[in-house]
Amino acid sequence: MEAAAAAAAAAAAAAAAAGGGCGSGPPPLLLSEGEQQCYSELFARCAGAAGGGAGSGPPEAARVAPGTATAAAGPVADLFRASQLPAETLHQITELCGAKRVGYFGATQFYIALKLIAAAQSGLPVRRESIKCELPLPRFMMSKNDGEIRFGNPAELHGTKVQIPYLTTEKNSFKRMDDEDKQQETQSPTMSPLASPPSSPPHYQRVPLSHGYSKLRSSAEQIHPAPYEARQPLVQPEGSSSGGPGTKPLRHQASLIRSFSVERELQDNSSYPDEPWRITEEQREYYVNQFRSLQPDPSSFISGSVAKNFFTKSKLSIPELSYIWELSDADCDGALTLPEFCAAFHLIVARKNGYPLPEGLPPTLQPEYLQAAFPKPKWDCQLFDSYSESLPANQQPRDLNRMETSVKDMADLPVPTQDVTSDDKQALKSTINEALSKDVSEDPATSKDSNSLKARPRSRSYSSTSIEEAMKRGEDPPTPPPRPQKTHSRASSLDLNKVFQPSVPATKSGLLPPPPALPPRPCPSQSEQVSEAELLPQLSRAPSQAAEGSPAKKDVPYSQPPSKPIRRKFRPENQATENQEPSTASSGPASAATMKPHPTVQKQSSKQKKAIQTAIRKNKEANAVLARLNSELQQQLKEVHQERIALENQLEQLRPVTVL
Amino acid sequence: MAVCIAVIAKENYPLYIRSTPTENELKFHYMVHTSLDVVDEKISAMGKALVDQRELYLGLLYPTEDYKVYGYVTNSKVKFVMVVDSSNTALRDNEIRSMFRKLHNSYTDVMCNPFYNPGDRIQSSGSVSLSRAFDNMVTSMMIQVC
Repeated sequence: MEAAAAAAAAAAAAAAAAGGGCGSGPPPLLLSEGEQQCYSELFARCAGAAGGGAGSGPPEAARVAPGTATAAAGPVADLFRASQLPAETLHQITELCGAKRVGYFGATQFYIALKLIAAAQSGLPVRRESIKCELPLPRFMMSKNDGEIRFGNPAELHGTKVQIPYLTTEKNSFKRMDDEDKQQETQSPTMSPLASPPSSPPHYQRVPLSHGYSKLRSSAEQIHPAPYEARQPLVQPEGSSSGGPGTKPLRHQASLIRSFSVERELQDNSSYPDEPWRITEEQREYYVNQFRSLQPDPSSFISGSVAKNFFTKSKLSIPELSYIWELSDADCDGALTLPEFCAAFHLIVARKNGYPLPEGLPPTLQPEYLQAAFPKPKWDCQLFDSYSESLPANQQPRDLNRMETSVKDMADLPVPTQDVTSDDKQALKSTINEALSKDVSEDPATSKDSNSLKARPRSRSYSSTSIEEAMKRGEDPPTPPPRPQKTHSRASSLDLNKVFQPSVPATKSGLLPPPPALPPRPCPSQSEQVSEAELLPQLSRAPSQAAEGSPAKKDVPYSQPPSKPIRRKFRPENQATENQEPSTASSGPASAATMKPHPTVQKQSSKQKKAIQTAIRKNKEANAVLARLNSELQQQLKEVHQERIALENQLEQLRPVTVL
Repeated sequence: MAVCIAVIAKENYPLYIRSTPTENELKFHYMVHTSLDVVDEKISAMGKALVDQRELYLGLLYPTEDYKVYGYVTNSKVKFVMVVDSSNTALRDNEIRSMFRKLHNSYTDVMCNPFYNPGDRIQSSGSVSLSRAFDNMVTSMMIQVC
């Protein structure tokens, strides 16, 4: 009976709401201006969270017709619970407003429910007659209510509408890449009663409320452990690939939080003209983490195939992805550096949110701009390498806090959560500290924890080798043998370079055949010596070796035929070094470095003498060759001269004829 | 300024062909098709020597009354064929060479895109083209017909 009456009231109210009734007129549901605004805003939030622009700002609430816009059960339940009414009362209210009957929360149902909540909070019995009374606005402990909250902020709401799809689609596209996210999304409806409370604080916490604030915090803190536990068993079944269960929900939440704070950042940037193309700090962090999951070294690049697999997961069409690649790969090298990757990622995210792709790369996405604006990556890399608790680490706990507080897919409105974070920090410190060590070392947003863990030591070795290489380069110049000989590109003189190399590496702790552009070390050169059989073949081989000339093969051109006795003497050492060389090449430069120097150090002096002698011999041979060549060319020159003279004579003979 | 530009794959099927719209496109398609024989002939003539020594630019493949057809082969046996108007005498050899070089560079850029599968058509239509840069470059080389 009550339900029927409520249904009738609902129907009548529906007419009122559809007509944009401001509370005047016959319909039983009387809403004052303030109430109307408040309710419509709340409804918009709940509806907006349900999946993208179902409602609009308060001015357009009147357009919301019942049935076309529904508030999702999750945020609505969330909101109701925030009203601090007992569950039974809430049940009654839900029944009364007709949502149970129709199965969803339309505008009318929602408005009636809100009115009933207000009634209940005022102490009135929950009856349909209550809605006829003049009541104060319903109080939601975690909500910005009391009417003073920014109703007149359509820009914000519009911004939120933009961000909500942003958030949801971004999450949909990329969280799906993480296994647990998939489950999270599927399970979120069932988990919403548990999960929504943590999200509510940030949702409704726009204004630092005095009265509700402490309650908010306490309720938030109480609620937090519950969803974690609830999540963990749900997440567990799938969590094979990622790290421990404790980290998984946190990581997922981190990713959610990240996108959530991204949403907030987007709102902050809404004033900028090129807002969709500007990468915010949070987004940048997220992209960098994703980059690191694919490629541990932030200063290196991602190959095309790897990037292709990664971006294909975003479910955009191939032509679009190809176009995005065209835009973002500025140097057209088939690989993405970090700024290029960020630009591409950002374009994909924007596209998924419905932004049309630009004709050209926007200025804020240019690689130079990105590198200038966000010089972080290298810094982050070092920090991660050192596992230090510096600024990004500090940001991490902040992110974790935010993550733990907000979390939800249906983000209603981005809320400045900094107020919450500082407070929640203490509350959640224990969980944070557990997760922090893992999260600092791992990328919160990725599911490939094992990969990233492995990647850490790899990145360390990368950075260490680069440092060593830099050192080596710095130390290269001062070598005893005269460098200028390197300029000789002739076959025979190339031997000299190789011969002189032995002294060079002696000083350096050999990074053996390190990545390109480093002069060859003595050990490789010696091994080269071993590999060659004879003088003459070496000479002839040298040109072909020189022709190969790739930096990796720098050792090759340095053929040398040291005199046979010398070679024989070097052979055992060279063999030793040669044996070492392949092993070092395989094991990596860092480890190779240590092995190499030992055998070579002792033989340096004698080798140097031999090297000098052979160098002298090579020089002489080169001189001979060049001299021969020179004479031949001189011959040719003379012949050509003679021909020219003959031709000129002919011309002279012919000319007087024509003149006449 | 070319009248028709075509990119032909190694297996002699067209990857991209574009001609000035006013003319009968079928005629150009036929000319490009017949020019493939000449290209093959030129390639095989130098085939005995090392590939390195073969020059990429093939030069004038064959002249007709109204048109001249130039050819260019890459190291991966992808052929570019360009048809120019015979009346356009101002076009010199090195200009043709530079046009082919630009074509080659744009083609390499298309190749660099991991989303492009070698052997696919270089789409020049559609809302989001697969190779907008390539298209724009070709457009700049074609005769501007209003």
